[in-house]
Amino acid sequence: MKISLTVNGQLREVEITPYTRLLDLLREDLGLTGTKEGCGKGECGACTVIMDGELVASCLVPAPQADGSEVLTIEGLGSRDNLHPIQESFVETGAVQCGFCIPGMILASKKLLDENPHPAEEEIRLGLSGNICRCTGYAKIIDAVMMAAEKMDGRESDQDG
Amino acid sequence: MAFEYVNKGVKRVDAYEKVTGKAKFGADLEFADMVYAKVLRSEYPHAEIKAIDVSKAEKMPGVEGVYTADDIPNNLFGVIVQDQQVLAKDRVVLAGDGVAMVAAETEEQAAEALKKIEVEYKELPGIFDPVDARAEGVQKLHENKEDNQVIHHPLRKGDVKNGFEKADIILEREYKTQFIEHSYIEPEAVVAVPEDQNHLISIYGSIQNPYATRTAVAVVLNTNLSKVRVIQNHIGGSFGGKDEVVSAMAARAAVMALDLKKPVKMVNSREESITESYKRHPYQLKYKVGATKDGKLTAMEIEAVADSGGYACQTPFVTWRSVVQATGPYELENVKTDVYGYYTNNPYTGAMRGYGSPQVIFAQESLVDELAKELDISPLELRLKNIYRQNSITASGQKLDTHTVSLEEVIKKAVEKSNYKEKYLEYSKEQKGDIKKGIGLAVSFRGCSLGAEAIDAAASLIQINKDGSVAVYSGLAENGQGLKTIFSQITAEVLGITMKNIDYMEIDTTFTPDSGSTVASRATLVGGNSIKDAAQKLRATIDAFCADKFDLDLDDVDIREGFIYDGKGNRLATFEDIVGEMGNQGIMLSAYGWYKGPAISWDEEKGTGNPYFTYVYGCQIAEVEVDTGTGELSVTNMTAAHDVGRAINPANVKGQVYGGVVMGLGYGIMEEVEVNKGKIKNTNLDEYLIPTIKDMPEIEPIIVENPDPVGPFGAKSIGEPTLELGSAAIANAVAQASGRRIRSLPLNLERVLIGRALHKGGK
Ligand code: FES
Ligand code: FES
Repeated sequence: MKISLTVNGQLREVEITPYTRLLDLLREDLGLTGTKEGCGKGECGACTVIMDGELVASCLVPAPQADGSEVLTIEGLGSRDNLHPIQESFVETGAVQCGFCIPGMILASKKLLDENPHPAEEEIRLGLSGNICRCTGYAKIIDAVMMAAEKMDGRESDQDG
Repeated sequence: MAFEYVNKGVKRVDAYEKVTGKAKFGADLEFADMVYAKVLRSEYPHAEIKAIDVSKAEKMPGVEGVYTADDIPNNLFGVIVQDQQVLAKDRVVLAGDGVAMVAAETEEQAAEALKKIEVEYKELPGIFDPVDARAEGVQKLHENKEDNQVIHHPLRKGDVKNGFEKADIILEREYKTQFIEHSYIEPEAVVAVPEDQNHLISIYGSIQNPYATRTAVAVVLNTNLSKVRVIQNHIGGSFGGKDEVVSAMAARAAVMALDLKKPVKMVNSREESITESYKRHPYQLKYKVGATKDGKLTAMEIEAVADSGGYACQTPFVTWRSVVQATGPYELENVKTDVYGYYTNNPYTGAMRGYGSPQVIFAQESLVDELAKELDISPLELRLKNIYRQNSITASGQKLDTHTVSLEEVIKKAVEKSNYKEKYLEYSKEQKGDIKKGIGLAVSFRGCSLGAEAIDAAASLIQINKDGSVAVYSGLAENGQGLKTIFSQITAEVLGITMKNIDYMEIDTTFTPDSGSTVASRATLVGGNSIKDAAQKLRATIDAFCADKFDLDLDDVDIREGFIYDGKGNRLATFEDIVGEMGNQGIMLSAYGWYKGPAISWDEEKGTGNPYFTYVYGCQIAEVEVDTGTGELSVTNMTAAHDVGRAINPANVKGQVYGGVVMGLGYGIMEEVEVNKGKIKNTNLDEYLIPTIKDMPEIEPIIVENPDPVGPFGAKSIGEPTLELGSAAIANAVAQASGRRIRSLPLNLERVLIGRALHKGGK
């Protein structure tokens, strides 16, 4: 079957089977390998993307369900020369170690900050509780989100997804 | 001494790729004509393989090839003992042993075809406890071995009989630790590419130790090392875990790729990863300690038994670290220690961050607290009476006089920061209500680098290009710990250039010299020294050229941030122009660096010698709240003081502390691979729980710096010490809060509440 969806602002048409997961569609059909698979079971958050404004584990979303939707992946957030403030903050606070959890962490942070531009530490913990990181101990990830909130404060929300 | 780059929290050089999703990990790689492969694994922990019929699988759609042990040129490999099967031939020794594999056009087709392979097994009785494995006359799990013992490390000092006679009090206790999973978020992935750029085979993927994997693949293929090329990609965490299991995967992929003449990709699902990867060794530990009534230790006797599972893997070395460190950082005249490893039919066990230390520290630091209680001395005071100080002699007879023995300093700093003394007194009083608080501490000394495990040397290569850009090649691997950044900092510091001119190359075994494995927190110390060596050679060449050109004394040549200055601070030229000119004159601007650690020694029979050339010291203090009504346990604060020699990158050190402390917390209170008769029950992250952001305590890192004479700029190590202390500190805090001493890990809710686990062996 064929579905169409908007990924990172571009309309894409993809041929899929009814069993394709959104994760496979992104990684294999569209080559967007920034979205990672860590468990395939909705537990680790490595495959997190934003679909129609909601945070989803793309390993649990059947691709047919994404027909007509709008999806934001890490590749749509910013590039090296034009980093999103959240990406900048993850670099500047040293919140990145191996990096495997980071695309999911950043998208979960974006969703959190879109809804709550000034989260308290407790709220950050809640917002990122679906994303597991084995390297960082989370401390600097919290710092990164705090810093991003400050950076985004006053800046026009220029990049959206 | 003031540094430009060293000792500063510069940004990680690889962070940009990682925050934009550009960084390529093993599973992200694509090659033309690539096929996918899957492995059929045994469900039985111990069985004879009677027959394997692959004929139906071969006819399945998309299948390119089906393989068994008969197709493997040389089926046995192993870094220390060659006993690990690429695919099981006559016998499976653990549940998860591969028995056959399929390559197909798609992953789904490979998985479908696996189901059609028919294996006839004859189940054999299994051994699931290492203590059973040592019994007389019990079945041997590896036929060519005398018995099931993988290793025995003895250590003898003084006369324990004598020592116990001098004691006013003798305490005997038993402790137990569990299997745990590395839980790197990226499951294992490799691609094997045949006939790639003049090599028989190239392996790409999430590989912790490219040289060990290259050796394993060459051994399995019966070929030369030069025919095999291993290229490390970004690796999604390893913690000691992506070594043998990835070598096996690489060897399997290589066999298929050579047969099919096509690239073969293998990616484990989480279930496959947990089923087949090696774990942290569970230990059973018996401790006996004697002390005078004023708290001086007189003797310690220890027996530790490690479960090696089906293969030897790294058991001989893991247990060796245990024997060196088993008494903890305490002065003792009389010691008798025996550490054993045995084969069983459990999952096999290998390297994991900490490497044989977290188990003995949990036991020995719990024991010291138990002794303090018996003696009615505070745990802090008892430790201060016995700890190693400058010139102390260790259990193996090594005099600690070549570096600063800073244990007292790290303890003091942690105690002050956490307000330990006051809190300890406060929580010792009767506490009202169900919620009880406790505070506990644990201390350690840790040998840096490999010690007498293996030759401890590393190499690197630095090339300066004509345009002033610099490429750094090191044989040690970036596993997420920030090595690329640290090595770039050292290069920048020595050459006098800025970090942005430096590119750190991915490890490629063909171009980077073999530096052994990136283990034992040795990368900064040993690898850093080799980078420094290479950079210094180049710097000397450049200095000499400049002195000549500008008619300066050699000592007056100063290079900073990419500019050449004379002794008076006048800018003479740019680094680029100078190296460009040198290049045009045919002066070589590449240099290899080499570093070999200072001499060490070990007598395997007596357990004596200088097993490590230097040590680091640490102290962690945990604060907990225990709900004695429900058994709920929360760790609220962790203070972690570590002497790192010198922090090349303090931000990075703190990152290691946060990560290590949280991983240590998982080990202490949550994690356990539940193994029932050799089979793992919790094979995904919904059942195998690791700390989330909600479990994270307040963490207070304290970096203590006593530069080491042998480390680069005085640096030692930090990766592993951060993880080894948490479980013991938490156990001690829980004992204070709840009044219950728990002697096995993890300290789970039921154990806190009723003193034992409720659901061992089946919920
Ligand atoms: S891969 Fe989707 S949540 Fe882990
Ligand atoms: S940085 Fe490695 S899992 Fe988060």
